[in-house]
Amino acid sequence: MTHSIEVKDLTLNFGSVSVLKNMNLNVAEGEFVVLLGPSGCGKSTLLNCLAGLLEITDGQIFIKGKNVTWAEPSERGIGMVFQSYALYPQMTVRGNLSFGLKNARVPQAEIDKRVARAAEILQIGPLLDRKPAALSGGQRQRVAIGRALVRDVDVFLFDEPLSNLDAKLRSELRVEIKRLHAQLNNTMVYVTHDQIEALTLADRIAVMRGGIIQQLAAPQEIYNRPANLFVAGFIGSPSMNFLHGATVDGGQAIQLGDVKLSLDGYEGGAVGTRDKVILGLRPEHLVVQDHAEPGRTIAAVVELDEPMGADSLVWLKAAGGQMSVRVPVERRMDAGRQVHLKVDMSKASLFDAGTETRI
Amino acid sequence: MADATLAAPTRAAAVPRGARPKRALSGRNIMIYGTLFVFSVYYLLPLWVMVMTSLKGMPEIRMGNIFAPPVEITFEPWVKAWAEACTGLNCDGLSRGFWNSVQILIPSVILSIVVASVNGYALTFWKFKGSDVFFTILIFGAFIPYQVMLYPIVILLREMGIYGTLWGLVLVHTIFGMPILTLLFRNYFSTIPEELFKAARVDGAGFWAIYAKILMPMSLPIFVVAIILQVTGIWNDFLFGVVYTKPDLYPMTVQLNNIVNSVQGVKEYNVNMAATLLTGLVPLVIYFISGKLFVRGIAAGAVKG
Amino acid sequence: MAEAQRTTRMWRNLNAKIAAIPMVLTTLVVFVGGTAWTVLYSFTDSKLLPRERWVGFDQYERLWSNSRWLTSIENLMIYGVLSLIFTIVIGFVLAVAMDQKIRFEDTFRTIMLYPFALSFIVTGLVWQWILNPEFGIQSIVRGLGWESFTFNPLDNPDLVLYGLLIAGLWQGTGFVMCLMLAGLRGIDEDIWKAARVDGIPTWKTYVLIILPMMRPVFITTLVLVAAGIIKLYDLVVAQTSGGPGTASQVPAMYVYDYMFQAQNLGQGFAASTMMLLSVLIVLIPWAYLEFGGRKHG
Repeated sequence: MTHSIEVKDLTLNFGSVSVLKNMNLNVAEGEFVVLLGPSGCGKSTLLNCLAGLLEITDGQIFIKGKNVTWAEPSERGIGMVFQSYALYPQMTVRGNLSFGLKNARVPQAEIDKRVARAAEILQIGPLLDRKPAALSGGQRQRVAIGRALVRDVDVFLFDEPLSNLDAKLRSELRVEIKRLHAQLNNTMVYVTHDQIEALTLADRIAVMRGGIIQQLAAPQEIYNRPANLFVAGFIGSPSMNFLHGATVDGGQAIQLGDVKLSLDGYEGGAVGTRDKVILGLRPEHLVVQDHAEPGRTIAAVVELDEPMGADSLVWLKAAGGQMSVRVPVERRMDAGRQVHLKVDMSKASLFDAGTETRI
Repeated sequence: MADATLAAPTRAAAVPRGARPKRALSGRNIMIYGTLFVFSVYYLLPLWVMVMTSLKGMPEIRMGNIFAPPVEITFEPWVKAWAEACTGLNCDGLSRGFWNSVQILIPSVILSIVVASVNGYALTFWKFKGSDVFFTILIFGAFIPYQVMLYPIVILLREMGIYGTLWGLVLVHTIFGMPILTLLFRNYFSTIPEELFKAARVDGAGFWAIYAKILMPMSLPIFVVAIILQVTGIWNDFLFGVVYTKPDLYPMTVQLNNIVNSVQGVKEYNVNMAATLLTGLVPLVIYFISGKLFVRGIAAGAVKG
Repeated sequence: MAEAQRTTRMWRNLNAKIAAIPMVLTTLVVFVGGTAWTVLYSFTDSKLLPRERWVGFDQYERLWSNSRWLTSIENLMIYGVLSLIFTIVIGFVLAVAMDQKIRFEDTFRTIMLYPFALSFIVTGLVWQWILNPEFGIQSIVRGLGWESFTFNPLDNPDLVLYGLLIAGLWQGTGFVMCLMLAGLRGIDEDIWKAARVDGIPTWKTYVLIILPMMRPVFITTLVLVAAGIIKLYDLVVAQTSGGPGTASQVPAMYVYDYMFQAQNLGQGFAASTMMLLSVLIVLIPWAYLEFGGRKHG
């Protein structure tokens, strides 16, 4: 199988600042890859490099097997959707959709056909003769997607397309983009800082930080087996609890202050005895119970609870630090109450405190 | 600061922020309106005097008071100022200067705006190595006294064979209009989202296509501001007209000064004021028509890069 | 293949470079080149035509021993200081008055700003006429019965600068008012609310809170007005022609006369170099204040 997008040793420097470092990325045909990370991590920059809007310092970019490293954006066989929609304000929706095709000297009949098809897919037919100013945010973003659609290309690039929309519209359009992907089955690279978007849309997620891909894997893999401390902390809301300790008994158990937990059932590499490790436990993987189980529970004191509708987030003092646990909202947790947290070691993550990577 | 000042003048027409006056005839109100009224008299007086004087005959001027309206209205001074007034060289009135100014104005305005808008566009979206350095020099150049560059430009124009011609003056206006206009356009273009420019590139539009098909149609207001700025500025120019043209090409301002301050003959104050008013008419008309855009244009002059 | 594509890319960028040629030529040839040329040739004894006969600082010595130049400098200093003070005070007072939710704001603005649309030549000639002793203000006040009233600044060497000042302020204060008003309106509305909650009187808010916050606007105004004053030329030519005698001479006039009338280019170059120097004295501290502190201006 040929790769739809192939990035080889891509490096980008702005002056003396290195923005992307020796990056390699392959995207399979029809795959939906999400670039996820905090602002400034280089995700949008990488997308702009793929689009040809930024000149790279070193490396190569192939799209559909063709070296496009030095090609103009319009010659790369890509369509792009922007955060601010970037619709041409003085043109009608039809004008916006056909501008690129006119520049490429596509015959008028063909333009009409493609615009009609895009309008049908995105249900924007009635809007074709309006100007962008007369459209709602959601409609504008549909037109922006339509502009990529009419180009009849195999690769779609999305640059935080939903960030400017309110929460309700965002989830609607998210579903729509997913449906579009299923329907067109083309390659999509999607930049976002919203992990819900990433987890719901992606075939694979590339979590980025400091111009480096930290982990590239399927959403469940990223969620369950984060490759390092950064990915573990970045993915999941509320974020993962981190407990500092050391592994003992030849890697059979972990000592967290006074608490000793058995590592029985941990899914990872050979643990061994290490002085400094960090145990990561997601709030939804802990169970609050009244009785202690030696080696399986952590004693804790309730500090406060935050009901959030379906469930409630309970903050506790445990193992010398603060932890949060997700419980059904019906369970009232009064401050000061003594409880025990049962740990499911098969869903836990263990990190080396020095290298910050998963063991 | 740079961006704040440009944004602020456009809001100059927004709601006043001061405390709300309580009573209609408070001492505070009398003071405010009193101040504004006194200054308004100061600002309006010269216009009033110009109009009144230009409508009187010389005998009435010698008799009476320059502030009084004419007893007998005559348009003779206007006709004379336009067609017969003498500059010392010739006696065919201001009309020659008017047409010279028009001939200088039109190509100067067009050329300076085309050059500066393309330049501002390149500086915003197509930065190249060193472009910011040139821009900084350009802006500082706006503060260099013209006197320092007067003579080198004479040499330059002479080498190009256009010294003393209309095109020489057009070139000079284009050069000296460049700092402020480039700044104006650059600041305006940088408020346009960069993503729009990126989208156009993905759509296959090149340097000139993006300028002509995307940016120009979006930026009509700033082009109007630039036109206002240049029309008034070039029309009112005196120094460049005097230095870079020959007497038969003198713009209206230079000719006006020659007519009024000419030492020969009897002073005809009514004709002088009619001539002065005629010269001021073009910028005044632009000013009254353009209203708030004029404010925006001159405020743009207050902006630094 | 990749190399060929790299070249087409260079071509695309070339358009931007072509578009910047006028700017590059203007900055390098005219602004930098022209200025350097003039400074260089101020050290020659060029007369009718520029020539490379170096005379060191001779031109400057002659300049500073020329009474006409000294008068010009003195005039410019007096006019400049007074003009700066009055322009800024009047501009600010009018802007504050305009900011009091007054009626007819647009009308007042139109009245105050229209002189700025007029050229200095027109300004100078109108005020020459209004200040004319035989027909203008003086004759009218005398006509009212005050026979000994004297107001004839344009014919009095001691007062002629004030005559110019009246005209200069008439032309430029409206513009400064607009800048100040924009500055006032640019101040966060919450500041006013906070001051009212704290019970601070309006005038005190202006003096203690708003004035310091407008510092950037004042500096901008100062620089613009000062740069304009140094270039002062048209107004003097039209209103007084530098007279009576040499009483209202200004440096720009000196430069023009020596360059284009007296056929003494070297003197003109030296004088214009001094003008450049005075602009730099205004400009450099300002640029330092504005851009020195932060990298990205």
